[in-house]
Amino acid sequence: MASQFSEAPPSLRSGVVRPGFRVDPRLLWAIGIALLLLPLFTAESYRLFQLTLAAIYAIAILGLNLVTGYNGQISLGHGAFYAVGAYVAAIMLDKLSLPWWSTLPAAAVICGIVGWGIGRPALRLGGLYLALTTFSLAVAVPQILKYKGIEDWTGGVQGVLVTKPDAPFGLPLDVDQFLYLVTVGIALGVFVLARNLMASRIGRAMMAIRDHALAAEAMGMDIANLKTATFAVSAMITGLAGALSAIAVEFVSPDSFQATLSITLFVGMVVGGVASIIGPIFGGLFVVFVPNLAEEISKSAPGVIYGCILIAFLFVLPGGVAGLLRRLPALLRRR
Amino acid sequence: MLNRRSLLASGAALLAAPSIVKAQTVVGVTSEEIKIGSIMPYSGPASAYGAIGRLQQAFFKGVNEAGGISGRRINFLSLDDGYQPPKTVEQTRRLVEQDRVAFLFNTLGTPGNTAIQRYVNQRKVPHLFLATGADKWADPQNFPWTIGYQPSYRTEAQIFTKYMLENDRNAKLGILYQNDDFGKDYIAGVRDVLGARFDAVVKTVSYEVTDATIDSQVVQLHGSGVDCLLTAATPKFAAQTIRKVHDIGWRPKMHFLTDVSISVGSVMNPAGPEKGVGILTAAYLKEPTDPTWQADPGMQEWRAWMVKHMPDADQTDGNFVYSYGVSKCLMQVLTQCNGDFSRENVMKQATSLNNVAIPTLINGITVGTSASNFHPIRKMQLAKWDGKTWERFGGLIEGANV
Repeated sequence: MASQFSEAPPSLRSGVVRPGFRVDPRLLWAIGIALLLLPLFTAESYRLFQLTLAAIYAIAILGLNLVTGYNGQISLGHGAFYAVGAYVAAIMLDKLSLPWWSTLPAAAVICGIVGWGIGRPALRLGGLYLALTTFSLAVAVPQILKYKGIEDWTGGVQGVLVTKPDAPFGLPLDVDQFLYLVTVGIALGVFVLARNLMASRIGRAMMAIRDHALAAEAMGMDIANLKTATFAVSAMITGLAGALSAIAVEFVSPDSFQATLSITLFVGMVVGGVASIIGPIFGGLFVVFVPNLAEEISKSAPGVIYGCILIAFLFVLPGGVAGLLRRLPALLRRR
Repeated sequence: MLNRRSLLASGAALLAAPSIVKAQTVVGVTSEEIKIGSIMPYSGPASAYGAIGRLQQAFFKGVNEAGGISGRRINFLSLDDGYQPPKTVEQTRRLVEQDRVAFLFNTLGTPGNTAIQRYVNQRKVPHLFLATGADKWADPQNFPWTIGYQPSYRTEAQIFTKYMLENDRNAKLGILYQNDDFGKDYIAGVRDVLGARFDAVVKTVSYEVTDATIDSQVVQLHGSGVDCLLTAATPKFAAQTIRKVHDIGWRPKMHFLTDVSISVGSVMNPAGPEKGVGILTAAYLKEPTDPTWQADPGMQEWRAWMVKHMPDADQTDGNFVYSYGVSKCLMQVLTQCNGDFSRENVMKQATSLNNVAIPTLINGITVGTSASNFHPIRKMQLAKWDGKTWERFGGLIEGANV
């Protein structure tokens, strides 16, 4: 490989190995964590709340990215898992008075089971049919949540109010700071796990199935199981985000999880970068901050502005923000 | 030395600087301006209501052009929540914590207001004249900083029941209601008036928004021997009810219809205008298309305002009539504040409105509040469907005292 590149003009040689450009991964980690902690000391609580929401959306979008970006199963219904996770958390907090931290694994497990149950029959559906089936799930969930038979638990259209947890052990943090810390910590953990998963044998198998299912099967991969498991893991991660959102927003109701939520997650995934681990972070920031920006520009047609920004984004960054980051070294070298 | 760390630190300091606000004695008020926050669904499924917010922006701009209030201009911040409660929470926190508004005004939607009610009460931010018909905003004990505006569904049901009893002491009432907050407010209102007699007089049947038709519910009520009917249904189901009641040959002595479903275009005509003749509803706003208000001074004031400030807007849209009225009501509160716009005083004045006349309310209906009365509009006038329009008749009826 090296001999092949030595023939190339100097400007095309990898910048990473040039002396002075070498970046120690530990330094990158330190900078990343410092950046995550920075808002704790500088941002007011409203900004922290927005950043918490962005982190929550980032987790949800990561879940979607695993199944759609890496495994090639298009889901337009991940808002449904988000809603289920949120309701699990809200019901556990409000009706069962359980501690807040216990709701997170519970929501993840329940959403994982639901995801498995939906992923299994969905095996028979490919591409656009799967997209439509999952979308019907997103449309159905707000109405199912209003169903009379489960109203004692879900609160019907009224929804359920919950309360944010205080910081434990007398930590000198207010509720918003504490929740930000928890969310960012969980997000970090989930992102690292997802990165490790995608770098593993199973991750490569997931991508192989996306790229060429027949070849993957010929190589001995169990497509049915892998696809279902991917769906389940993806639902699990998105459900976890849903549970965090219930705690952060302190309220769940059917109107909180309209079908547009699933589209929002999808938009976040594409803007951040399909099949990218770091992309959902930018996706999360996009879906929280860009609608506000659009509204500031025009109150009479915020949707139009949002659409224009979205199109501009996709035009300028066809591979999402992650795609730009990937191309950045090459672009710099071309100068 | 300028390295990455010091760059980060100075950047952070720069970002943090605007958040260090000079200590103010009164939040959201300076000697030049008063900041008011509002949340409207400018986008999303309920974006038709965005008209309410657009009028308010023009309204306060007009107030500022005319010199403002107590020497201050009004800085009106109206944000979009797309009718999504999580977004309502985010925007409310922005208004309260970042923009530091003095109070919130006419935030729209039952789910969104439910999501923020506890927060604004914890922060003691006045949450004035909510744009929703739910009854739960009148709860001064638990939520002393929240107050509604329009007559609630519950008040409307009280008015219907009072009228029914006045005309027939022995009437038996069937209630067809949507199984949610909206429908249940009607049950509560009827119960307020009937009290212990409720079970003997009333028969209730519910439907789900997801039901395909309400035919079986109508037949069930007809078979149960009631002679009056109250339909607390959203437009599609209301149209179905009117047709079915007529088609099975049921002629209730009185058929009351929620004012949510009185649209000629989306309810009465689809049901068949002749099938609904005699149906009763209640109104509190002057209907912009009603010719009897043509020469009314209140509506002339509104029309003149519209021509001057929103010349391109559609004058048949009732949302503008509503919005103008509630904005006028707020101006009365601000005038009564007499220059003291502290949150305590704003709330005190909002809950001591003494029969304030509003040009767009049906003549005789006024806004009245007190420390214990958080129902600003309590009177309505009945109207009857004559096959073409809703004809108002009779005097004003007031909701029950509960």
